[in-house]
Amino acid sequence: METLEFRFNSKPAPRAADPALCGVVGSGNLEILVKPGMQPDACQLSIKTSARGFAETWQAVLGSFAASHAAGGTVIAINDMGATPAVVTLRLAQALAEYQGGAR
Amino acid sequence: MIASLASRHSWFEATARARLAGLLDPGSFSEILPPAESTPSPHLARLDLPGAFDDGVVVCHGQLEKRPIFAIAQEGQFMGGAVGEIHGAKIVGLLRRAVQEKAAAVLFLIDSGGVRLHEANAGLIAISEIMRAVLDARAAGVPVIALVGGSCGAFGGMGIVAKLCSAIIISEEGRLALSGPEVIETVAGVEEFDSKDRALVWRVTGGKHRYLMGDCAMLVEDDIAAFRSGATELLTGWTEPAPSVANLRASQQALEYRLADYAAYRDGLQVWAALGVAEPDTVPLLDRDSMVALKEGLPT
Repeated sequence: METLEFRFNSKPAPRAADPALCGVVGSGNLEILVKPGMQPDACQLSIKTSARGFAETWQAVLGSFAASHAAGGTVIAINDMGATPAVVTLRLAQALAEYQGGAR
Repeated sequence: MIASLASRHSWFEATARARLAGLLDPGSFSEILPPAESTPSPHLARLDLPGAFDDGVVVCHGQLEKRPIFAIAQEGQFMGGAVGEIHGAKIVGLLRRAVQEKAAAVLFLIDSGGVRLHEANAGLIAISEIMRAVLDARAAGVPVIALVGGSCGAFGGMGIVAKLCSAIIISEEGRLALSGPEVIETVAGVEEFDSKDRALVWRVTGGKHRYLMGDCAMLVEDDIAAFRSGATELLTGWTEPAPSVANLRASQQALEYRLADYAAYRDGLQVWAALGVAEPDTVPLLDRDSMVALKEGLPT
């Protein structure tokens, strides 16, 4: 297992009342927990992943997410069981939408 | 029929949270120890494996057709729904709270291969505590209804827990047994049981077989709404005698007769023929309603 931490600047997200969870820690999948954070213009991420040696890929995928979404003011925790970058990107968008109450 | 298939939401395919969302009255789901407040398994972390925030089980209170109930939902996609220390503690705590609050029922959405072997003794103890808590809830007059229809079925210790519940609702896709097919094959050889033969696995452990044998109170379609209406129907006017030694002895006797009657058979097909099913070969293709009619027409 590898533990990774990132922080990206991102446009402020509307603050939600409740944390949101999406996904399951299963093979090729991951779970993402979005909680409110203290810095309104930054997105803080911590990842525990079963696949070692992919820090650069995570940095690219998460950086692109933070740049293309208003995810500022969130703290995002991820438990990963070998999800591909495409799955990670989709789950992040889904988790943020659920955090803002719009996924259903 | 096409329209009804399109509107169906598969229980088998759904996550634990999606099952609860469709099972309970809309808006009534209220999670106890939600992911942001729960702790992932310290044992998995020590083995360098990523955990899940909720340790693979959701415990909650909610309503079923306006009845206040508690519910437990295991997530089969996380480590096969296996029971670890925190996972088990959440279940036991929920069952005890249901007793304290005299809940109308506990719905137990089982989807598990049994004990989480990574957690060794802590997982085994968790399973035995769940067994005791289920029996305590029933003794206190709180029915515990098992709902089995997930991809992991109910195996190992969770197979025992399922049978300790007040009643089981199962779908054709659901499975219920003690040792899993791969375990039997590994221990006793492929001649004893071929775990790759999925049709055989379902004829021996699957929902239709369990329903015909009388192990499950109800057979429902693989549909979240069908589990919801099944649970509602079962709980309407529910009564059960308090667990007693006399009842346990009677169950034990029935199991001994069953062993004497069927132990020599190798396949569900033979057992169904012995039960009085005229055309056992047709059973795997029967739909749910035909199965119920078949079961009700069997000699008792």
